Amino acid sequence: MRRFLRPGHDPVRERLKRDLFQFNKTVEHGFPHQPSALGYSPFLRLMAIGTRSGAIKLYGAPGVEFMGLHEENNTVMQIHFIPDQCQLVTLLDDNSLHLWSLKQHSGASELREEHRFTLKGPPGSPPSATQITAVLAHSSREVLYLGTESGNIFVVELPSFKALEDRTITSEAVLQRVPEDYCNRRSCELVEALREHPKNPDQILIGYSRGLIVLWDLQNNKATHHFLGSQQLENLYWQRDGSKFISCHYDGSYTQWPVSSDNRQPEPLENLVPYGPFPCKAISKIYWQTTKNGLPYIIFQGGMPRASYGDRHSISVVHGSQQTAFDFTSRVIDFFIIFSSEPAAEFDDPSAMVVLAEEELVVIDLKTAGWPAVHPPYLASLHCSAITCSHHVSNIPLKLWERIISAGSKQNIHYSAMPWPIDGGTNIAPDPPQRDLLLTGHEDGTVRFWDASGVCLHLLYKLSTVRVFLTDADPNDNMNTLGEDEWPPLRKVGTFDPYSDDPRLGIQKIYLCKYSGYLAVAGTAGQVLVMELNDEDAEHVVDHAEADLLQDQEGYRWKGHEKLRTRDGPVRFEAGFQPFVLVQCQPPAVVTSLALHSEWKLVAFGTSHGFGLFDHQQKRLVFVKCTLHPSDQLALEGPLSRVKSLKKSLRQSFRRIRRSRVSSRKRRGVSGSASEVQEANAKFDQDALQEMELAPVQRKIEARSAEDSFTGFVRTLYFADTFLRDSSRHCPSLWAGTNGGTVYAFCLRVPPAERRMDEPVRAEQAKEIQLMHRAPVVGILVLDGRSTPLPEPLEVAHDLSKSPDMQGSHQLLVVSEEQFKVFTLPKVSSKLKLKLTALEGCRVRKVTVANFGSCKTDDYSENDLAVLTNLGDIQIISLPFLKLQIRYPCIRKEDVSGIASCVFTKYGQGFYLISPSEFERFSLSTKWLVEPRCIVDTPEVTSNNHVHNKPGKENAARKS
Amino acid sequence: EFRRFSLERSKPGKFEEFYGLLQHVHKIPNVDVLVGYTDVHGDLLPINNDDNYHKAVSTANPLLRIFIQRKEDADYSAFGTDTMTRKKNVLSNVLRPDNHKKKPHIVISMPQDFRPVSSIIDVDILPETHRRVRLYKYGTDKPLGFYIRDGSSVRVTPHGLEKVPGIFISRLVPGGLAQSTGLLAVNDEVLEVNGIEVSGKSLDQVTDMMIANSRNLIITVRPANQRNNVVRNSRTSGSSGQSTESSLPSSTPNILANLLHGEEESDEEDIIIEDSGEPQQIPKAVPITESLESLTQIELLHESTQNGFLPSSEMNLNHSAGSISMEFEVQDPEQKPLEEDGTIITL
Repeated sequence: MRRFLRPGHDPVRERLKRDLFQFNKTVEHGFPHQPSALGYSPFLRLMAIGTRSGAIKLYGAPGVEFMGLHEENNTVMQIHFIPDQCQLVTLLDDNSLHLWSLKQHSGASELREEHRFTLKGPPGSPPSATQITAVLAHSSREVLYLGTESGNIFVVELPSFKALEDRTITSEAVLQRVPEDYCNRRSCELVEALREHPKNPDQILIGYSRGLIVLWDLQNNKATHHFLGSQQLENLYWQRDGSKFISCHYDGSYTQWPVSSDNRQPEPLENLVPYGPFPCKAISKIYWQTTKNGLPYIIFQGGMPRASYGDRHSISVVHGSQQTAFDFTSRVIDFFIIFSSEPAAEFDDPSAMVVLAEEELVVIDLKTAGWPAVHPPYLASLHCSAITCSHHVSNIPLKLWERIISAGSKQNIHYSAMPWPIDGGTNIAPDPPQRDLLLTGHEDGTVRFWDASGVCLHLLYKLSTVRVFLTDADPNDNMNTLGEDEWPPLRKVGTFDPYSDDPRLGIQKIYLCKYSGYLAVAGTAGQVLVMELNDEDAEHVVDHAEADLLQDQEGYRWKGHEKLRTRDGPVRFEAGFQPFVLVQCQPPAVVTSLALHSEWKLVAFGTSHGFGLFDHQQKRLVFVKCTLHPSDQLALEGPLSRVKSLKKSLRQSFRRIRRSRVSSRKRRGVSGSASEVQEANAKFDQDALQEMELAPVQRKIEARSAEDSFTGFVRTLYFADTFLRDSSRHCPSLWAGTNGGTVYAFCLRVPPAERRMDEPVRAEQAKEIQLMHRAPVVGILVLDGRSTPLPEPLEVAHDLSKSPDMQGSHQLLVVSEEQFKVFTLPKVSSKLKLKLTALEGCRVRKVTVANFGSCKTDDYSENDLAVLTNLGDIQIISLPFLKLQIRYPCIRKEDVSGIASCVFTKYGQGFYLISPSEFERFSLSTKWLVEPRCIVDTPEVTSNNHVHNKPGKENAARKS
Repeated sequence: EFRRFSLERSKPGKFEEFYGLLQHVHKIPNVDVLVGYTDVHGDLLPINNDDNYHKAVSTANPLLRIFIQRKEDADYSAFGTDTMTRKKNVLSNVLRPDNHKKKPHIVISMPQDFRPVSSIIDVDILPETHRRVRLYKYGTDKPLGFYIRDGSSVRVTPHGLEKVPGIFISRLVPGGLAQSTGLLAVNDEVLEVNGIEVSGKSLDQVTDMMIANSRNLIITVRPANQRNNVVRNSRTSGSSGQSTESSLPSSTPNILANLLHGEEESDEEDIIIEDSGEPQQIPKAVPITESLESLTQIELLHESTQNGFLPSSEMNLNHSAGSISMEFEVQDPEQKPLEEDGTIITL
């Protein structure tokens, strides 16, 4: 006993701690925040995404992913893979170039930055002279061609980034043989596009922004062809055989040009404004893909009629008489087409289109009729509706897992059956140790079920609670019902939809029992739904009850939102989780805590006014308890006058981000370039920051009193079978902890199974503990006679846990934001405590019991508390002696949203939002670690460049 | 001796009548005695005028426990905050009355008539430029009443003067505990909270620490006004008087002692209500040998038997007019130092 009282002086314990605990941030799930650039290597079959914060992420086959971060944290403007190499070059908005390589290191590939380089012009030249606008990674793999604002094209050697000054292509040299009148009108042009001839590596096509296009011979260092375009140029694309190329323009037109040896200054073959005749937006990128049947695919971004559809983010695919304008809900950053890259192949035969929009990745199957979307295995848009809460369930039984997948597959029938086309690299990570589910609740009333077992966070199933309620927006009205002859032929794609029909639908709490398949979700307007998994569609009535949490309190007026109206009569539910009970709290305040006991068939819920217990077997409200302090007038008036809740601030900050993005988009002028947008954005952020800093920083020091506001706010609910009244008989109990430091314990009488429907469940208040430091109670836990936390309901029944020790004396652990306290039961006397805030000035934000296994021996594991504080630190605290084991800095303390979103797993891992759309996964355990481990092979034979179509797969085969 | 008698709650009468009644009941007509009672917080408080007498009667619940001590033998230190929880001290003093003979009572304006609201502690181990103030929030209804802010201060470091961020008192609420003590002032730099240095901590962190410690708050400050510093009569005072030290001397043992003491107190403050019955303090799981009961009985055995009269002074609990600071000297090395030794009691 004595040695437990002295932390940190026991060498045995210290050694054990090293075998148990280790902190790693392992992988980022979800969609990169603010993507800014896209690149693809048909050779490696890897895709690269750059972001505004300087991150670069590579994705291949599911599980193959790499991440790098530019030190400068500047926006990534362009990404170019070096042909047939495991290398890529990035261009940042500070005009620096960075060379990255994938190299093998101890059995796995790693992404590393090799070199950096900034182009320097002759002394005295303006910065624009070397401002890079276009990059061409030449197929020789030896040089990069860098087009600049001045119109000059600089050449640098790879991988050294040595400038080859004698090979610079100056605009003067290019303009030499251009007709005088054309030349005069168009001097001082920036290089818009550089394209290598598909058959002849000695020829490159240079496109200048004002319309002039030149075919340059690198051997003889002279222009061989001049194409005198009359419109401002946006982009260029070579046709496969090199006989023609296509240019697209600012006015929404594209032009086909012939390349032949007899005419050095050809006229355009065809000039077309696809969505004319009225003024159109620019076409910023175009592909011309040949097929066996002769009809090409013409795929271009933009070009919509300015007046009526100028606000759409579209990419049009034209194939013969078929034409679809894919309509994205967020700005298109870039896109590419996956087509046959075999040099011997005669045609392009495009198979898929990959579009990086600002908020999601959309892949379209171009081979299947109707061009359906492909379900991405990664890069899921977590934020397709803002995340309002999350819940993690470890070690899902196979049966439940399969049922959820089957329910989800019925929802995904509109997706293409095409295998994921970006399949480079080999995943060599061991199979995930267990099946884990991450459930996210969203603002639009949906719950999404994610497979969180491995590196790829993959959507399994989506549950909507909207059907139960009557809302303003009718779910039947379809935005996509367009007539046959609708022009342009827009088709909405993607899942990102930030607009919520009704904020009251928002999900606030989720509890899933993995053994019984019971699911409870609770929302913003005091609604609590209990659901059951059904493998078939069904139509039934949802039983409805109301819980008046104010009871006898009088004279209070709720100024917040109204409760949700329910649908009368039976409701049709699709296969999956189907609600059978709805409890609505009155007043309809946000549900702040939720607990479900699947064995006793009870659900408990709490709001800022009190808590209640509902018997979902008999569908009867057992009791309600009002927790309001009589003087707490504020709590009754509703959310309008409330202090911001954490969740709320989380959501608001996301909204702010979104709003700022929208406003910056609006501000963007017609000719506004991306850098201007960023500048505007940066300025916006700065202004906001300065505003915050100017606020007077002063803090009141006052002891908390019982009369403080929001003391009744129920923070935590807990079911336990323990000794509440006397030490001879244990009984079911319900525990509730409030913001004001009060713990209520209710003794429950649940009738035995055979009389469960006949006798009512009874509850009686047995104890009330008032913590005098009055800090909010964030966690309640009962430890059994062996000081082990009580198992989850049904865990013992499924033989997955030892039955709790009911012989020895139980202990009660109460975690407040400031202290951890252990009390004895049934007679409450204080046994132990750990003061956190008084000594360190930090407060508990999240706390969970986690099981830590030793990495050295399989037979040792222990339960500890994983704690996240308001400073973003993670602490591990031992049970039952409450000794601090270890502490890791995890989240920046300024990142309030990140801290509020953190969720721990039962085996010492965790997730938190690093942006509205990305979860960072971390691990505290040496044993349970989920991180990417993959190999991308460099081809050994370099003479035969284009043979390796799928190096990853080949290598995998070679290995086995 | 132990007496039990009843009083009419609605008409308690005057203090002098009550005093007479006590003398009569105990048959000690001519003995000067100090009269005290335990209030709801378990503090031993004096009864020596009409006001506190009425207060005592009105708080009786329903029993009013009165302690009577012969004035010459009286242990003044027994009065005040937390006295009943500091059983050992009270006990030892009471059990060994000879102790009182040795203890010099420099009675300055009747400290026994007051409940301490604040004290300066650890004067002997702190640099003279610093002041460690303890605020007794417990048992008073007064708000702590101060605000803190970020700021910067100049420190002497090995590399010369350096500007470092610091936490300062920004405002005192009129009538609040902090202001009424006179020991804290606007622009005082906060160096420590309950023994933990605040340097490197954010304003919010320090706020949380102070609030978490609000029941037993010990703040070490560098007063903005350095002219009222206590000048020690030790030999070293001259040399160390003006030096600004970059960090506090290691005073951990003392601080820890204070903290432990604080923990003991707050531990027993949690309240349990069983089956909707009466609220009770939650006991420690390890049984304590001396309970309040035993103490009471011992106290009563030592009731005084002499007659006397206590000069009734115009007083108020937590009265705080001005800030006349006085210092107690601990001169008896054998005396086990009490918590309040080296205390300045503010009137």
